[in-house]
Order: sequence, then C-alpha cells, then structure tokens
Amino acid sequence: MDISVFQVIWFVLWGVLWAVYFMLDGFVLGTGFLSWILAKNDTEKRVLINTVGPVWDGNEVWLITAGGATFAAFPTTYALMFSNLYSALLLLLFALIVRGVSFEFRGKIDSPVWKKAWDNAIMVSSFLPALLFGVAFGNIFKGIPMKNDFAAINFTYDGSLIGLLNPYGLVTGVLFVMLFAVHGSLYAAIKTTGDLSKRAADLANKLWLPLLVVAVIFLAFTYPATKLYDNYLKAPVLLIVPVIAVASLLMIKVSALKGSFHKAFLFSCLTIVFVVFTGVTGLFPNLIPSNIDPASNLTIFNSSSSLLTLQIMTVVAAICVPTVIAYKIWVYRIFRARVSNEDVLGDADAY
Amino acid sequence: MNVVTLSQLQFAATGMFHWIFVPLTLGLSILTAWMETKYVRTGDETWLRMTKFWGKLFLINFALGVVTGITMEFQFGMNWSEYSRYVGDIFGAPLAIEATLAFFLESVFIGVWIFGWNKISKKAHLASIWLASIATNVSALIILLANAWMQKPVGYVIRNGRAEMDDFLKVLFNDYGWIKFIHTLLSGYALAAFLIMGVSAWHLLRKNENEFFVRSFKLAAVWAFVATLGVAITGDMHAVEIAEHQPTKFAAMESQWETKKGVGMSLLLIPDVARECNSTDKFCIPNMLSLLAFHDATAEIKGLKSFPPELRPPVLPTFLSFRAMTGLGMFMLLTSLIGIVLSRREKFIEYRAFLTLMVFAIPAPYLAQQLGWLVAELGRQPWIVYGVLKTSDAVSKSITSTQVVLSLLGFTVLYGFLGAIDIFLLVKYAKKGPDKDVSSIINVQGRG
Ligand code: HDD
Ligand code: HEM
Ligand code: HEM
Repeated sequence: MDISVFQVIWFVLWGVLWAVYFMLDGFVLGTGFLSWILAKNDTEKRVLINTVGPVWDGNEVWLITAGGATFAAFPTTYALMFSNLYSALLLLLFALIVRGVSFEFRGKIDSPVWKKAWDNAIMVSSFLPALLFGVAFGNIFKGIPMKNDFAAINFTYDGSLIGLLNPYGLVTGVLFVMLFAVHGSLYAAIKTTGDLSKRAADLANKLWLPLLVVAVIFLAFTYPATKLYDNYLKAPVLLIVPVIAVASLLMIKVSALKGSFHKAFLFSCLTIVFVVFTGVTGLFPNLIPSNIDPASNLTIFNSSSSLLTLQIMTVVAAICVPTVIAYKIWVYRIFRARVSNEDVLGDADAY
Repeated sequence: MNVVTLSQLQFAATGMFHWIFVPLTLGLSILTAWMETKYVRTGDETWLRMTKFWGKLFLINFALGVVTGITMEFQFGMNWSEYSRYVGDIFGAPLAIEATLAFFLESVFIGVWIFGWNKISKKAHLASIWLASIATNVSALIILLANAWMQKPVGYVIRNGRAEMDDFLKVLFNDYGWIKFIHTLLSGYALAAFLIMGVSAWHLLRKNENEFFVRSFKLAAVWAFVATLGVAITGDMHAVEIAEHQPTKFAAMESQWETKKGVGMSLLLIPDVARECNSTDKFCIPNMLSLLAFHDATAEIKGLKSFPPELRPPVLPTFLSFRAMTGLGMFMLLTSLIGIVLSRREKFIEYRAFLTLMVFAIPAPYLAQQLGWLVAELGRQPWIVYGVLKTSDAVSKSITSTQVVLSLLGFTVLYGFLGAIDIFLLVKYAKKGPDKDVSSIINVQGRG
C-alpha cells in the first residue's frame, strides 16, 4: 500500500485518540471542578473521588497515547506543536500533575485543613486542563503563527501564551469547560446515590442550556475564524458529523427530562466525541495549520514518519487498541455499581 | 545560561526525580505480587497483611511515578524538538508502543487491585497485581530500548534530513538495550528489597510485630542478594559493551588518559582534568582493566587524549559516579549476604548494630541508581545520539531561555513540594506498621 493510505489511517486514529481521551477524562475533570457545588460534606467529596478512583489513571493514558501516537506517526508535528506551545503545555502539565497526586494524598492525613487544601487543588487542577485543552484546540482549528520551510528544515514561530488567549480560542475553551461540566455532573448523577445523585442531576439539567448557547456561538464563530468549513463545503455529506454532534447534544436534554440519566450520559459521550470529530474533519489533511502562510501548514503528508514506521505502528495499534478497549469495558463493569456514603466509610482502601 | 544548558538541567532534574520513584515501583510491585501469591496459595493471614502493608507503600510511591512520567513524555517535544524531528521516526514508536502496550495495562489493573478487594475473586485479584506488575516491567523494557538506541544507534539510515527506521528488529533486539534493561530492572528489585529490609529492621529494633517483620526481612534479604549479584554481573557486561561502542565514555569512567595496551586497574585514582592526567595513581592491579573490558589481558584501551577535547564527556563526574556506584554495589552485596545469614538465626533481633545499619542502608541503592544514570547520560555527552546527533543541535529553536528558566523554577518548586510530601507520607505509613485486622477482606473473599 501507498504511504498516503497509512497517513490517512493515522490521521483518523489521531482524531479518535483525542476524542476518546476527552470523552473519558472529561467526566473526571468535570466532577473534579464541580465538586465544590456538588458535594456538601467530606463524605460526599470522598464519594465523588471514589467514583473516578479506579479509572482516572487509565483514562489519562489516552492522553499519553495521543501524545505518543503524534510522536510516532507525525514526529514533525509533535516536535513543533510541543515546542511552539511550550508555556501553555507547561501549565497543563502542572495541573495534571497536581490533580493526579491530589487523589492519592487527600485521604492520607486525617486533618480538615489538609483535606480542604487538596479539595481546592483538585478543583483548580481539574478546571485548568478543561479550559487549556479547549484553548489549545481552538488555536489549532484557527491556525498558529508559524512559518515552516520543510525543504530547508527551517521552522519559526512568533506566537505567545497571551496570543493563544484570542476570542476564538477562549470560546473553544469555554465550550470544553461546559461540555465537561455537563458530562461530569451526569456521571456523578449515575454513579452516586441519594441526595448527591439528585443534586448532580439537577445541575446537569441547569447547565444544559448554557452549553447549548456556547455551542451555537462556537459553530457560528468557527465560520469567520477558521477554515474548518471548507471541507464541508467541498463534500457536504461530511455534514453528518456536526449533525450527529448537535443531535446528541439535544438528546442529552430529552433523556434527562425523561429521567433516564444513563442515556443522557451516553449522549453526552457521543456529543464530546463528535464535537472533536467535527473539528478534526474540518482540519483534514492538516494537523496544525499556519494562519500566516498556507504553505507552512503541518499536514499528514509533510510531517509523517516513514512508511516502515507507519506500518509497524499500524500493526501495533490493530492488536493493542481492541485489547485495551476489551479489558477497559470489563473493568467498567466490575465497578459499575453506584458509590454510596456507606461504601467509602466502610472501606479502608477507598481514597 | 543558554537554552541548551538550561534544557539539559531541566531534563536531568525531572528525569532524576522520576527516577526516585520508578525503581521502587519496579521492585515493590513484583514483591507485593509475590506476597499475595503466597497468601492465595497458603491462606496464611500474615502474607495477606504483608501484601497490604508493603502494597500501601508501593501505592504512595506509585502516584508520583505516574505524574512525573507525563513530564518526561512531553519534554522531548517541548525542549528537544530538533531531536524529536530528527529521530522521531525511530524514537517515537517505542513511546507510543509503551503507552498502548504497557501503560494501559498497568494503570487499569492497578485500579482494579486497589479498589477490587471486595469486588472480585481472590484469583482475579491476584491476577490483577501480576498484570500490573508485568506491565510495569514491560514499560521499563520499552523505554530502555528507546534510551539504548540513543546510546548505540542501530537499524537506521539517514534519509530525508533525518534518521529513518530501516530495521525494526535491530532496534528491538539491541543488545545494549537488553543489558540495560536487566541491569536496571534488577537494580530496582534490589532497591525495593533494601527498603523492605530497612523498614523491617526499624520495627524489629522496636520489637514491633516480630514475626511479620522477620518474615519480611528474610524474604527481602534473599531478593536483595540475588538481585544485586545480577546487577553486578550485568554491570560488567555493560562495561564491556561500552568499551567497544563508546570509547570516550569508557575512558572517562576509568579516567584513562593515555592509549595503552594491557592496562591495569588502580584502586586509588584522582583525576587531574586540567593537566589531563591522574595526580594520584595507587594500588594498581596489572592488566585488570584490559581483562575486564575486552576479556584479554593485553588488549589496547583508548585514552581520553586520543579524542579532541570537544568530544570528551565531563570526566570527573563520570568517573566519580561510576566508582561510587560500583562501591555501593559491593556494599549492598555484602550487607544483603550478612542479612541472609543472620536473619536465619534464632536471636536475629538481638543484632541491634546490624539492624541499625540496615535502616541507614536504605538510601544506598537510591544513590547508586542516580549515579548510574549520571554515568550513562553524562558519559554520552556531547552526543544526544552517540555519534549521530549532538546535544547542542537537538534543542528546540522556538523557545527562549526565559521560558526555560521559568519552567525549571516551576518544576523545582512543584517537584520539591510534592516530593517532600510523598516522602513524608511514605515514612509515616512505614512507621505506622501493618494493620492488625484484615478480616473484612477474608470474609468477603472467603465467599467469592
Ligand atoms: C526503567 C524504567 C523507566 C524509565 C527509564 C522511565 N520510566 Fe516512566 N515509568 C516507569 C518506568 C520508567 C514505570 C515504572 O513503569 C512508571 C512509574 C510509575 C508508573 O506508573 O509507571 C512510569 C510512569 C510513566 C508515565 C505515566 C504512566 C501512567 O500514567 O500510568 C509516563 C508517561 C512515563 N513514565 C514516561 C516516561 C518517559 C517518556 C521516559 C523517558 C525519558 C521515562 N518514563 C523513563
Ligand atoms: C529516568 C531515568 C533517567 C535519568 C535519571 C536520566 C538522566 C539524565 C541526565 C542526568 C541527563 C543530562 C545530561 C547532561 O546534563 O548533559 C539526561 C539527558 C538526556 N537523557 Fe536521560 N536519564 C534518564 C532516562 C532517559 C531515558 C529513558 C531517555 C530516553 C528515552 C533519556 C533521554 C535523554 C535526553 C533526550 C536527554 C537530553 C539531552 C542531554 O542532555 O543529553 N534519558 N538524562
Ligand atoms: C556492582 C557493580 C556495578 C557495575 C559494574 C555497574 C555498571 C554500570 C555501567 C557500566 C553503567 C553505564 C551504562 C551506560 O552507560 O549505558 C551502569 C548504569 C546504571 N547502573 Fe550500574 N553498575 C553496578 C552497580 C549498580 C547498582 C548497585 C545499582 C543500583 C542499585 C546500579 C544502577 C544503575 C542504573 C540505574 C544505571 C543506569 C541505567 C543503565 O544504563 O543501565 N548499578 N551501571
């Protein structure tokens, strides 16, 4: 097979890895930064943490895989994306580090001050990645100010952290925050019991309309701010992707009104996945466009690995990814029960 | 300072910090799995309590290993983008394989292990710790193969302005990587065993839970001795490989300035870098170095002076680190051997001086671990990929020194803070001792 076939395969996988990551970490981040509204006391805070306890690290590995896949399949994109967005990624990294240890540290010392401190840490370090990922993807959709000469191997960038905080980037940031907020409260609604579960369901209901508004603004703003719609104009059948995104967004509310929050959560998963697909479909064949010079776009063709490496990676992915999905489903089944106050109080191993 | 030096400092600091937690994870995960296996086989409650107690320390340590690993993965792109672009075709693959093959398995089954005590059967629970532990070892293999490629690049061609993969199997079966893997893995086992011996000794000095801690000590002493012996043997194999492929590193490790045949090994050497010689050179064992390096008493060894100064690594730190690592290795061999002998005796807990020594020996393998990486990485300089790419050509072009100063500061503060807390918690839970009551688990699992 021709190398371009593999380049396209890896473009699709690249999109899927990011989409699955946001779907899975989205609810961990969401329950994290909403915990100050959702949980009324220490026990409820612990319940929330324990709903994500067994799975958060496994979910985060999708991010590591997305990063690793970018490195392996599109090394030039990996190199330029990570160095150009240095400061933003650093903030993201610090937040992810703090979030990870907070879960482990919080329950290890029995003092209200200690616990309060880590509760705050969890909130901030969950909110920041949600926002930053949105801002980063907004800027990727829009393009960043880089000039790349692939033949001469000469790459320059003149953006800055502040430059990333442009209106479109911020709108995308808010969109991600709202998506994860609804997603996280739905997760809390179906994974906890009693009052906490009701409160979470209410919150999801309340946040839905603001999410819709932000989503509409985002879709409208995307037209002047990016070139994402070009692909859709060229091949209108692709419009099915954003249509599914919008339809699932509406179905969240329909299901929630009927009281079936499990369904609402599944639609929220679908929404997140298809929002990411909407952006990625619009990008193709770019991975990161340049907003000052179209010839500088990082595409799947000018930034990919060699045919051999792509072939090896395809074999690895074809074996590993389905296996991972299979045992992850098994694990989610083991921990499918709701977590109650009694559960965390009686269990010495709980966080 | 320029971006290269700052990025080197940052990479070294974050890597060595990651490496405080990784070896204990490697060793303690397998030891915990071993203890749980004993419990499932025998039904003996003490084994279960051991699993829980040492497993708890493993988990506190594990948390920091995980979060600092993400930094490692991001940094290649952030600070070393020229490197990433130049060798990504070869180097990216192991990182991606590591995540899909090992990290998923490890993180998912650690979750099952922590939260699954009351949810799945005894056997399934035991399987989950073994899966997590094997995955951890596999992840070490893959990342070390990647690192070994930088030490001894194989299976590549220079094409399209970068190094491209030419033979994946050569990368996979790079002998340098496999030696590195075994040396490193066993050093992790040894470190964990020394931690168990040290903590057990601390409790035995206080006559706390004698049966529990004598049993832990006995088990750990055997692991420590066997592992350290393996570390020493593979360490020697390492040196042989280096003598052949990285003559500059070998010369720096041994502070060998002149090119000679039939070189001896001096027990006391003090390098004088400015004058390019050794100011003190005593107790020489004739022909020993040639014999060790090439298994030939008359073999020629290239001295540092045969290489232009800009191609030599920093001699003094490489030399001292190597000497100290091997010295610590000898110390560990000796103490673990004594540990095996004494812990079999009836009056083991009366040997207070030895027990005290073992408490203070906990840092020894930690130190050796850090020194080992210093030898490997400093000795490779000025190359980032030996003989192929210089470190100074590998750094990102779009970052400024202000950015790296700030990030380095950020890492120092954040890591310092989290590291202090983590070590505080480790000490706290180590001193607290094992839980008395594990009946809740036995009741539930008894049914399942
Ligand atoms: C010989 C072993 C070894 C070495 C040299 C390294 N690591 Fe590491 N790493 C591990 C052995 C390990 C481990 C033992 O498997 C860890 C420690 C705790 C854990 O969860 O896994 C880990 C964790 C860990 C994680 C988090 C995984 C998770 O979320 O579960 C990442 C992303 C990395 N590492 C990446 C790296 C990179 C990019 C390295 C190279 C610069 C590196 N590690 C050096
Ligand atoms: C986790 C254990 C490790 C430690 C403690 C460690 C230590 C170091 C040190 C001390 C340096 C700095 C050398 C200098 O100052 O010039 C360095 C550099 C480097 N090492 Fe390692 N290393 C580790 C693992 C790895 C691995 C597994 C890889 C590859 C996968 C790697 C790749 C690099 C790179 C890219 C640099 C930067 C360039 C350089 O300074 O040479 N290291 N490391
Ligand atoms: C007993 C004699 C020992 C010898 C002869 C020895 C030899 C070596 C050599 C030659 C290297 C450099 C490898 C390279 O440049 O790539 C190395 C690295 C290393 N050593 Fe040792 N070593 C010994 C003991 C120890 C001990 C006791 C520990 C820790 C418990 C240890 C941990 C390490 C580590 C972590 C590395 C870096 C990883 C690697 O390159 O394998 N070593 N050792």
